[in-house]
Amino acid sequence: MKINPDKCVACGNCTYICPMGAIYIDPRIHRATINRDECVECYSCYNGLSQEHLNPSFVRFVRKTFQMMRIRFDPEPDVCPTGAFEPDELTWPRVVRRAFSDPRVPHESTGVHGRGTEEVKTNDVSGRVKLGEVGFTIEFGRPGVGVRFRDIQKMSMALARAGVAFEKKNPVTSLMSDESKGEIRADILDEKVLSAILEIKVPVSRTEEIIRLVWEIEKQVDSPVALGVGARCDENGEENVVAPILEKLGYKLERAKTNIGLGRITNVEVSEQQAREPVGARS
Amino acid sequence: MTNTLHRFGPAESFRDDYVVFAISSRGKNDQGALPKLRRFLEMAVPFKPVNLGDAVHGGALRPCKDMKPTSHWKREAKPDFQAVIDGLDSPCTVAAVFDNRVAAEDFVKAVREADLGLSVNISTSVEGAEQCCFAAGIPRHSVGYSLGFEGKTERLPEANVMMLSTMCGHGMVSHSLAKKMIDWVKEGRRTPEQAATYMTRFCSCGIFNPARAKRIIEAAARGESA
Repeated sequence: MKINPDKCVACGNCTYICPMGAIYIDPRIHRATINRDECVECYSCYNGLSQEHLNPSFVRFVRKTFQMMRIRFDPEPDVCPTGAFEPDELTWPRVVRRAFSDPRVPHESTGVHGRGTEEVKTNDVSGRVKLGEVGFTIEFGRPGVGVRFRDIQKMSMALARAGVAFEKKNPVTSLMSDESKGEIRADILDEKVLSAILEIKVPVSRTEEIIRLVWEIEKQVDSPVALGVGARCDENGEENVVAPILEKLGYKLERAKTNIGLGRITNVEVSEQQAREPVGARS
Repeated sequence: MTNTLHRFGPAESFRDDYVVFAISSRGKNDQGALPKLRRFLEMAVPFKPVNLGDAVHGGALRPCKDMKPTSHWKREAKPDFQAVIDGLDSPCTVAAVFDNRVAAEDFVKAVREADLGLSVNISTSVEGAEQCCFAAGIPRHSVGYSLGFEGKTERLPEANVMMLSTMCGHGMVSHSLAKKMIDWVKEGRRTPEQAATYMTRFCSCGIFNPARAKRIIEAAARGESA
């Protein structure tokens, strides 16, 4: 992303709306400026700000006059008065920033918008997490801090050493150069993104071990970590297996995403394939 | 996408926050999903959601790309649900946000009866979702618990700001904007409704809850914890 200095009037609105705090008014040029190393190309400035297309010279004159008279200028806080933001042509590896930060861009590897994962949201049709298993989403960068892949790799390598397999349909997995070691492509390690998720699945018996591993490694990561734990409920809709383990580890379960099981496979070729499978082949 | 999962706050703070969303799964039930997703959105409207949205085009309150100078004094602050429904043009996650449990329960019942074949999730407190399922007579299929934020939490702001900014799980509502809105309401420069509306426009998938935001801002402006 870039800001056109001929249009910018240094109103400062964008400095507040940048999730990374990467926009500032440069006192030397009196224009809003983007710290490119901190910018994650989330496009929140470009997509989120409403735009006027006022004459920049006129706006600067008004602002200067008000300032001289010590009159508080009170504009709408979510508007760029001159439409000064202009998207950059992103190339590799910087384009990775946008793929992981702009939720309107679907990940090529999964076709899913946002962070590109379906986790237990579609478990009723994907069968990704079965009874006796636990799905983990280990998220970095959120909220409003950002993370570099070098930090994510600390966790992915530790998980790989523990013999954990990464979810194939996950954007971070698709960027690993050696999945068995949890190594991420060297050319993107310094790229910063708004948020990214490692996704794994283990038997319930390994739940505590994985959480203790995350606790150990997250101390070395320069970002908060948000842990999500997915589990399959029994036929009565009860989940009394994973929750007690989490509570024993000191977690208070305040919020959850609950899949209510209304989904079914309707794509023609998948339905036909399943019809050919012997009964009991599916979970 | 875990955009609704990690909203910050104690379970009690989700009493006015029920996100019900539908999603198709690639290669499983995405063929012909578009009209079903649109139907899901249409069905939500009679239950008076506080927001409605899709993951590509945004929510019921959107930024304007061609504002006129005079529009500052008559900005549209009413959610446009029909624009969300009409604008849906490709399969993606669609969501309806409710500020009370009864509306969410009734909507879930209606969705079950419609038998759309899409995966439907409720994101709220663990107990709130259980109650919705119980009322609709649906056993839960799977549950994704949020264990909250850990690790370098010293890099995170105070609780009221976090409660606001995490309502856009994609991170499009910055901590700075949330803090600024609390301060503006504290100073009397804007009403809590206006402040919540500004933030809602930044959420790119329509899951931001302006009703909960208003309540949090009101409390924060008084110096209280929401």
